[in-house]
Amino acid sequence: MPPPAILAVEHLCKSYGELRAVDDVSFQVAPGEIVGLVGPNGAGKTTTLNMILGVLAPTAGRIEIEGVDLARARSRALSRTNFAAVYAPLPGNLTVEQNLRVFGMIYTVEHLTQRIERLLVDYDLVRFRRTRAGLLSSGEQTRLGLAKAMLNRPRLLLLDEPTASIDPSSARDIRALISAVVDSGHSGVLWTSHNMYEVEAVCDRVLFLSRGKILLEGDPKALPHEHGAASLDDLFVAVAHEALHERAAP
Amino acid sequence: MNASRVAAIVLRQLFLYRSSPQRVVPMFAWVALDIVLWGFISRYLMTAAVRPGLNFIATLLGAVLLWDFLTRVMQGVTMAFFEDVWSRNFLNVFATPLRTSEYLAGLVLTGITTGVLGLVVMLVLARVAFGLSFLAYGAALAPFLFVLFLSGIALGIAAAAIVLRLGPASEWLIWPIPTIVSPFAGVFYPVSILPLWMQAVSKALPPSYVFEGMRAVVAGKPAPWDRLALGGALAVVFLVLACFFFTRVYRYAIRTGLIARYSAETVS
Repeated sequence: MPPPAILAVEHLCKSYGELRAVDDVSFQVAPGEIVGLVGPNGAGKTTTLNMILGVLAPTAGRIEIEGVDLARARSRALSRTNFAAVYAPLPGNLTVEQNLRVFGMIYTVEHLTQRIERLLVDYDLVRFRRTRAGLLSSGEQTRLGLAKAMLNRPRLLLLDEPTASIDPSSARDIRALISAVVDSGHSGVLWTSHNMYEVEAVCDRVLFLSRGKILLEGDPKALPHEHGAASLDDLFVAVAHEALHERAAP
Repeated sequence: MNASRVAAIVLRQLFLYRSSPQRVVPMFAWVALDIVLWGFISRYLMTAAVRPGLNFIATLLGAVLLWDFLTRVMQGVTMAFFEDVWSRNFLNVFATPLRTSEYLAGLVLTGITTGVLGLVVMLVLARVAFGLSFLAYGAALAPFLFVLFLSGIALGIAAAAIVLRLGPASEWLIWPIPTIVSPFAGVFYPVSILPLWMQAVSKALPPSYVFEGMRAVVAGKPAPWDRLALGGALAVVFLVLACFFFTRVYRYAIRTGLIARYSAETVS
């Protein structure tokens, strides 16, 4: 019997007037699993993430985090979750340590001082502990965002392009850090990215989203061959072109 | 100097003004408010000057200090909120287990702290420089401060809701709020000096009961406890309404995705 899903999304929809940004999307994330959510710009990836994060109300559908209904018990559901996104940097006028303390208190992390010390070491931020976050480089800010995301040892980790705008070496380090957390079997990850090589390397399963719908789903290593593409990158381009042509059609 | 480049800088500002009423309104509002406020102050001083024995320090400087207390409390709440606006921190804050009530409680506690610290400094300065003692207001000082404190919190929460709904540029609508309210609240003159329609508005404003009470105490009359109780009750109602307003706006922001998109300058 498979372990119960950490994240269960059922028939999720989000409409803005006539536009259906997310259209009947259902999927699950299991413990120890990294699920990639990919698709062209405007496909509905970030809208889906925002609904799971509770900052955007779905038009229809249901989201459960460890069996807790997000719509009914928002605070309890989100206490099991955390996220990192390049477009949501932490306050630049607080130091690294201050940011971690503030968010640690919001997540009511026990033994917070020890937890912060551990994360400063794990994410190579010890020398920046008294540096204002706004003065950090992109890579350092990404590491800080990930350290924040790990503060409460989340069962569900949502990562929106976590390695965008950082160099390949730092990206590799970050992928290794996230994989290590998932390998423990404690957490499940939903990961959006435009980097198909990264998705292939990191994700156990991938969901191709286009115009708000899941078009394809499967193992990122097997999926290209099943659909006659040379690589995941080629498959992405083919799916994106198809979506563009559909959009252009009268 | 290149005229085209100078024109480009002006044009950039014009584009902003054209698409943003939040920027246009304050251009006229400040001047209009100054004229209204100082017009009524002048009218009051003309009548008060012929009245012997008026304690100008307790009446005017005391009014300034009490009104400033309300303003500091309000700004303590709004500044704490603006920190999240300026650092584009809404997604980080609201995608957490934090409840709206907890967020508001945090803003209010910040407002209390900054307001009280400001009050202490003002009291010391007024005492040392001008010999004003708030003890001159007697036991009525406690309800004065309580009503103003509740009013400042209510205004701060309502202002935060306005900025959440209208976007970061609307912060320019927030700063003049105390100045807009003050002519109606009778801070520097009795409410009776106002036109009848403004007096009607005054009756709905809790601070007006404080300043009417303050002038009565300074004039040697007993504190109007019943009026102060009414002001306190009104302040509680305003506070509840402000929290309700913020919650409604927050729900709207969650429904429309406003919080997630809040880094955009203009949101409708």
